[in-house]
Amino acid sequence: MSFKETVHSEAALKFNKDFDRTTWHDETLWFVRQKRDKAAFGVPDWEKLRNTASQIKHNVISNLHEYLIQFEENAIKNGVKVHWAKDGEEHNAIVLDIIQSYTKNKNILPSIVKSKSMLTEECHMNDFLHKNGLEVIDTDLGERIVQLAEEPPSHIVMPCIHWKKEEIGELFHKHLGTEKGNKDPQYLTEAARQHLRDKFLTRDIAMTGVNFAVAETGEFVVCTNEGNADIGAHLAGLHIACMGIEKLIPERKHLGVFLRLLARSATGQPITTYSSHFKKPKEGQEMHIVIVDNGRSQQLGREDFRNSLKCIRCGACMNTCPVYRRSGGHSYHNAVPGPIGAILAPNMDMRANADLPFASTLCGSCSNVCPVKIDIHQQLYKWRQVLVKEGYTPKSKTIMMYGMGKLMASPKAFQFSGKVGRILMKQIPALVNNKLNPWYLHREMPEPPKESFGEWYKKNRK
Amino acid sequence: MSSREEILAKVKLNQPAKVELPTLDFQDLNKDLLESFKAVLASIGGEVIEINSLEEIKNYVLNQARENAFLYSEVNGIDFGTKGDLKDLDFLLIESDLGVAENAACWVVSKSERVAPFITQYLGIVIKKKNLVGTMHEAYNVISDRDYGFGVFIAGPSKTADIEQSLVLGAHGARGLSVFVVNE
Repeated sequence: MSFKETVHSEAALKFNKDFDRTTWHDETLWFVRQKRDKAAFGVPDWEKLRNTASQIKHNVISNLHEYLIQFEENAIKNGVKVHWAKDGEEHNAIVLDIIQSYTKNKNILPSIVKSKSMLTEECHMNDFLHKNGLEVIDTDLGERIVQLAEEPPSHIVMPCIHWKKEEIGELFHKHLGTEKGNKDPQYLTEAARQHLRDKFLTRDIAMTGVNFAVAETGEFVVCTNEGNADIGAHLAGLHIACMGIEKLIPERKHLGVFLRLLARSATGQPITTYSSHFKKPKEGQEMHIVIVDNGRSQQLGREDFRNSLKCIRCGACMNTCPVYRRSGGHSYHNAVPGPIGAILAPNMDMRANADLPFASTLCGSCSNVCPVKIDIHQQLYKWRQVLVKEGYTPKSKTIMMYGMGKLMASPKAFQFSGKVGRILMKQIPALVNNKLNPWYLHREMPEPPKESFGEWYKKNRK
Repeated sequence: MSSREEILAKVKLNQPAKVELPTLDFQDLNKDLLESFKAVLASIGGEVIEINSLEEIKNYVLNQARENAFLYSEVNGIDFGTKGDLKDLDFLLIESDLGVAENAACWVVSKSERVAPFITQYLGIVIKKKNLVGTMHEAYNVISDRDYGFGVFIAGPSKTADIEQSLVLGAHGARGLSVFVVNE
């Protein structure tokens, strides 16, 4: 599913119309953030782990060319077929081609069981494959829910965090025939288990994402709690795994660092239930890896922003972000929402995503929880400057900032306008206390002071 | 130029000056390994059963299993004597030679079908107490040179919290996990 063209602030305004729901969303994510804290504080080496992970990823992006070649070489030795895609379009075409070659002259259901992969969301792969006559079944429970609802995920780790159980009960009643009004998570999960187990047993094509790809061994690691990636991939005759070029890590032993950080940062678990190391295809199976660039090599060349490629997609920055929590993932109109999405998206398309770096208070909480220590809030601030310089921000804002700049630069004009402002605010409060003033929408305006600091100082100076 | 060449050329052009890898030097767990393993596994929905002989496992499983259950063991010396289709597997018993105390993960390389530990309704893992290590770093020291086609760390039963953050065990994989720790 893709997003309609929108602006974060407008989408957030819609999300905020339901006050209680916004509060519920906010509190649910904060609960996950608290679980993360508890897990992180339980590891004495936590800060050292974050530093080390950041340094390993720094080494990766500084030596990516060599690691990519090493990984490919080892994966081929392991019997895996490796493909390269420079953008989303090529990725989708490669996947289609692999599937068509595999199914040719065979009696195979044109249907794929897929576990979570934000990359395929980024490439809008499902829509493309549907148009080419292939069914894609998302098998992660949260992803299945949003897929049935014909929505994109709103969070990279918890795709349907914006859904209430009553609504999921209703959705499952409609699509899976569960009893009307039953909203018990246990019951609904069991219904999904039965529904999807049937798909696993009858489908021969599986797709997964990749959490980590090890250059030293050519293996890749997929982390899930549900076990959907494994059941899908091990039962299928064809397994396609898709990864961005930045998923590499140098050696197997480095997994120790990342697996200690990932789940603790994401959900507060000590580790995901399954950390699956795929190295060679099983006997008789075809295994393919599609390595995708799609703007990443360009981001690598942006000195201020290349650290964003260290991201391991834990979602901690979303759970902690006061703007994300109160505006919802869909407001970001990007496959990866939240603070990290807001620094990744402008690289892909500055015009379409110019609003995202402004959807932040720059409080820095994202950078403080990031397990690989990406300077997210600094990058948000730097993107704002790039976007203004390149002319992608609204004209009205540019004119206003220009005017403010002129005013602030002239002490006389500043003092005069301050004085006029204080008088007007006092005599005609409706001038600022009205709905045309966006500042007033959620706040009481302050009492105008009797005098400015300058005036006070002149009077009291001895 | 192929996409491969194009991507690699662009990466080479844009990657920053090389930075060396850090050394991995972390604290030990500094806790009793078995006690820690037990506590963590309990907190993520699994159970530890301490045993002295393999015979105890068989009795334990047979006592818990429903009638006509399909039970399968990959462990030498234990045979439940039941047969069936993989998709109807009720209980699988497998071995692990590496358990991690900090997160209750067990390293598993299935001897039969790769899908077996995932498709089974309930899973049992047999591990020797002496094969427990403290942290993931120690775990990777053990397996750093091993060759395998597929291997997996399994920590607890399959789970999801996708519906309003309510924890439900048994999403797609095993509904329950029992780790039998052999006292040797």
